[in-house]
Order: sequence, then structure tokens, then C-alpha cells
Amino acid sequence: MSSDADGPATPTESADPVLAVDGLRKRYDDTVALDGVDLAVADGEFVAVVGPSGCGKSTLLRVLSGLEAEFDGRVAVDGTDVRDGGSDAVGMVFQEPRLLDWADVRENVAVGLPADVDPQSPAARDRVDDLIETIGLDGFAESHPDELSGGMAQRVALARGLAYDPSVLLLDEPFSALDRLTKADQQDHLLDVWEARDTTVVLVTHDVEEAVYLADRVVVLGGQPGSVASVVDVDIDRPRERADPELVALRREVTTALGR
Amino acid sequence: MATDAGTETRTIGPVAAPSIDRFRPLLGLVVPAALVVVWHVVVATGVIAAYQLPTPLRVAETLYGLAASGELWGHVAITLQRVVLGAGLGIAVGVVFGTATGLSRTASDLLDPLLQSLKNIPSLAWVPLFLLWFGIGETAKVLLIAVGAFFPVYLNLSTGIAAVDEELLEVAEVYDLGRIESLRRVVFPAALPDLLVGIRGGVGLAWMFVVAAELIAASQGIGFLLSDGRTLARPDIIVGSILLFAFLGNCSDVAVKEVRDRVVGR
Ligand SMILES: Nc1ncnc2c1ncn2[C@@H]1O[C@H](COP(=O)(O)OP(=O)(O)OP(=O)(O)O)[C@@H](O)[C@H]1O
Ligand SMILES: [Mg+2]
Repeated sequence: MSSDADGPATPTESADPVLAVDGLRKRYDDTVALDGVDLAVADGEFVAVVGPSGCGKSTLLRVLSGLEAEFDGRVAVDGTDVRDGGSDAVGMVFQEPRLLDWADVRENVAVGLPADVDPQSPAARDRVDDLIETIGLDGFAESHPDELSGGMAQRVALARGLAYDPSVLLLDEPFSALDRLTKADQQDHLLDVWEARDTTVVLVTHDVEEAVYLADRVVVLGGQPGSVASVVDVDIDRPRERADPELVALRREVTTALGR
Repeated sequence: MATDAGTETRTIGPVAAPSIDRFRPLLGLVVPAALVVVWHVVVATGVIAAYQLPTPLRVAETLYGLAASGELWGHVAITLQRVVLGAGLGIAVGVVFGTATGLSRTASDLLDPLLQSLKNIPSLAWVPLFLLWFGIGETAKVLLIAVGAFFPVYLNLSTGIAAVDEELLEVAEVYDLGRIESLRRVVFPAALPDLLVGIRGGVGLAWMFVVAAELIAASQGIGFLLSDGRTLARPDIIVGSILLFAFLGNCSDVAVKEVRDRVVGR
């Protein structure tokens, strides 16, 4: 895989992009959610998407994950159109937890296990239990969603997405319901997974600090209908310091691009 | 742990509260018991003639006599057998049709209008046709009961499956569960509460239909006992049979409800 050193330097042109979005236009009845979106994400890249509420961030992820059958433009994963099975390599953590409320935490996380893994096998059980531990919910494996707080449910949904271990992971505000410390832990854990598994990550967030801390590149969406307003490269080596003055400066740049 | 502390503080608190709650289910027996007393008084004082309504004691004696002679058990057994077979068959077919129409828009468009109109046919209206087709044997009765049990199961399961949360189906799609697995892990568990409501209704209707079947064409069964009581001008047998139906119907309803609470409660 291309190293982090030359990845951010030539973010879109290096090698073939894993995610290619050209002239995407997505309409819901009378509402045009996205119009003229171009985006290329390289293999193993970590991209954050920010933008005001309603600008089409979730819609973009839905298109990338193959959930939207109708749109204009080209959207391909590894060169295959998402409507022709290109989305098979894509996993997504939805903005809402969307847990099965009749199933316990363990069973919910196991939903994410790839199809070729037998959920009853000891290896699969260990993997699920490990994930439950990393999201800080050990002791809750047998709990049901109605016994979990909003932030706990959100972490279960995150664990389910990580269990899938996709080559492209889409995350829709996965940390929005977490307190500061838990959020920082989970962000670092996500970075560990991303580095260890060479996953390509697209993370939607409202938190500019989170975006610049985690991502190689921050894509700012804006407008109604939404399109790419600007792109901010975060060319800083990891591990990063959250208080790094360079990050703080980039944070300001992204905030300016957001028009605030 | 913390629960020990919790129970201890509770016993220190108002002691009377839990004991009232314990007897609360018995409150439901107060009104029926009062009615039995009124019933007895009304008949014993001659307000209602005994040849029209026997005393409660008389009914109990009659039932006891039938039980002691062994005659009762034959009737109860055959009625239970019909209900079990008929309800089982109706539920099974209801599950098949409910699943098909719940999952497939085409199956629903093809079958649902027909089934929706058939469900409005009163149970007794089927009886002559079934007798004509299947004779007066067991087949006609079991099939008639199956018709009764079928509709609630079909209707509830079909709507339940069709109404499974779209958001959860998207989860199944994103994580590539595939057709079978998403049915097994998402669709059926989500529709299970509806299925159980349907089964409860189906078992209830099975009791209604067994009466219809046995009143008209049977030489055994509680329904036969009922009509026999009328022929013999024995109100004690009639009332006793009604009470038997009430008792058995209640037992089966409680059993189905218990299963539902177990399954859905957790
Ligand atoms: N299923 C739908 N039907 C109709 N309109 C929709 C649908 N989903 C989204 N939209 C519209 O598309 C636009 C973009 O919605 P989207 O959910 O992508 O926004 P978002 O950027 O994710 O917002 P937020 O930050 O609040 O989550 C909105 O105007 C919304 O009303
Ligand atoms: Mg959104």
C-alpha cells in the first residue's frame, strides 16, 4: 500500500482511487440533495466529510454504500459501479444505531461478521467479545438495546461495522453521542484499526476538531443541493497531538470553509 | 450486590404494599363468584324456573357424574383433538401464506384481495359446503376449524412482515446478510410479535369453529353434548358444556399468551 508520506502529498492522483465519484447528482422527489459532487479517495486513505446539517452527507454515504438505486453520475468502488456489486466491499455505520432490539449486544455485533464467518465458531465469538471490549461495553454482552444509553447503542453499531472488516468503511457521525473522553478513546481505536487493516475510511462528522485529528483530508460539503465546497489536506504525521498548533490552524481553515 | 441492598431497604419500607399486589389477580374472581351466588339465589327462590336454568350445584353434579362415568373424557378428548389438529393446520397454512404475501408484492397483489374477502364469511356458512365435500367425518370438522384459525395468523403475519422496519432491512443489506439470513435474523424476529398475536386470535377462532362443527354434525364432542342437552331438555348439560368450553378456551388462551410473553418479553 502507498505509505502515509506520499499519500496526502498527492491525494487523489496517486494510483487508482478506491472510491470514485464523478458528477454525482441525487434527487429525492422534489429535493435535490446532492449535485455535481466529485470525489476520489485513494486506497487506505482516511477522509473526513464535514458540512452543515442537511447538505447531503448521509446521502453521499448512502449512495457509496449501494443503498440508493437511483442517481445520476458515476460512483464506483475499485472500478465497479456501486449498483453492479461495487458496494459489496463497503461497510457502513449508520447515523442512527439501528440495532435489532430483540437481540443482545453480542448478537447485534455478530450481524456485522462477514458472511463466510460462522457466528457460532469460537474464533468468531472471540472476535465479537474483543470488539465489545474495545468499545468499552464488556459486561454488557448479554444486554439488550433497550437497556443501553444512546452513546452505548452508538458504540454497538460501531462495533458491528468494525466486525464487518470491509475494505471501505463509511462512518456517519459515529461518535456524536459520546462524551469527550470516550470519544477520544474511540477515535484512537478507530485509527488503530485503520492502520492495522489498511481500511479506506470515509467519516462524516460535525466535529471539526475530530475531522482534522483523524483524517488525511477533510472534504467540506456545502450548499443546497450539496457539492464539494473545498478540500483541506491534513499533512501531519501520526500519532498527532490534539493541541498541535498546526492542527489548530487547520481547524480554523476548515471552519472558515464551512462559512462560520 | 446492589440488588441485595435494594431488597433489604424495600422490606424495611411499607410491608403491606407487596402483599396487596400478590392477591391482585384474585380480584378478577370476585365478580364471577358473586354472580354464581346470585345465580343460585335466583334459581333457588324460583325467580327463574329450574327447567330453564339449573342451580350451579346441579351443573357441578352433572359434570361430576359425566366425569365419573367416563363419558365426559371421550367428549373432551375428541374436541381437543379437533381443535389441536385444526388450529395446527390453520396456523401452518397461515404462516406459509402470510410469509409469501408479506415478502412478495406480487403474491400479495394476487392473493390478498381474495383472502381478505373470504375472511368475512361467517363460520356457520361454511358448514354445509364442507359437509357436502368431505362428509360428516373428522376431515370436515378439522378443515372447518383450520379455516377459522388460518385468517388471524395470515392477516397478522402478512402485515407484520410487510411492516418490518426499512432501516433494519438496510442494515441487513449493507452487511450482506443475504436472503435467507436476513429472513432468519431480521424479518422473522421482527414479525414474531405479530405472528403470536395472530396465533392467539387463531386459537380463539378455532374454539368458535369447533362449536359450529360439532353442533351440526357430530356424535361426540363437547358441542355434541351441548346439542344433546337441548334434545334431552337437560339445561344442566347445556350449561355444563358451555362452562367446559369457557374453561378449555381460557386455558388455551392463557397458554398461548404465556408463550407470547416468554418469547416477546425478552
Ligand atoms: N429519504 C429522503 N426523502 C426525501 N428527502 C430526503 C431523504 N433523505 C434525505 N433527504 C433530503 O436530502 C437532503 C440531505 O439530507 P442528508 O440526510 O444527506 O443530510 P446530512 O448532511 O446528513 O444532514 P445531518 O448533518 O443533519 O445528518 C436534505 O434536504 C433532506 O431533506
Ligand atoms: Mg446525516
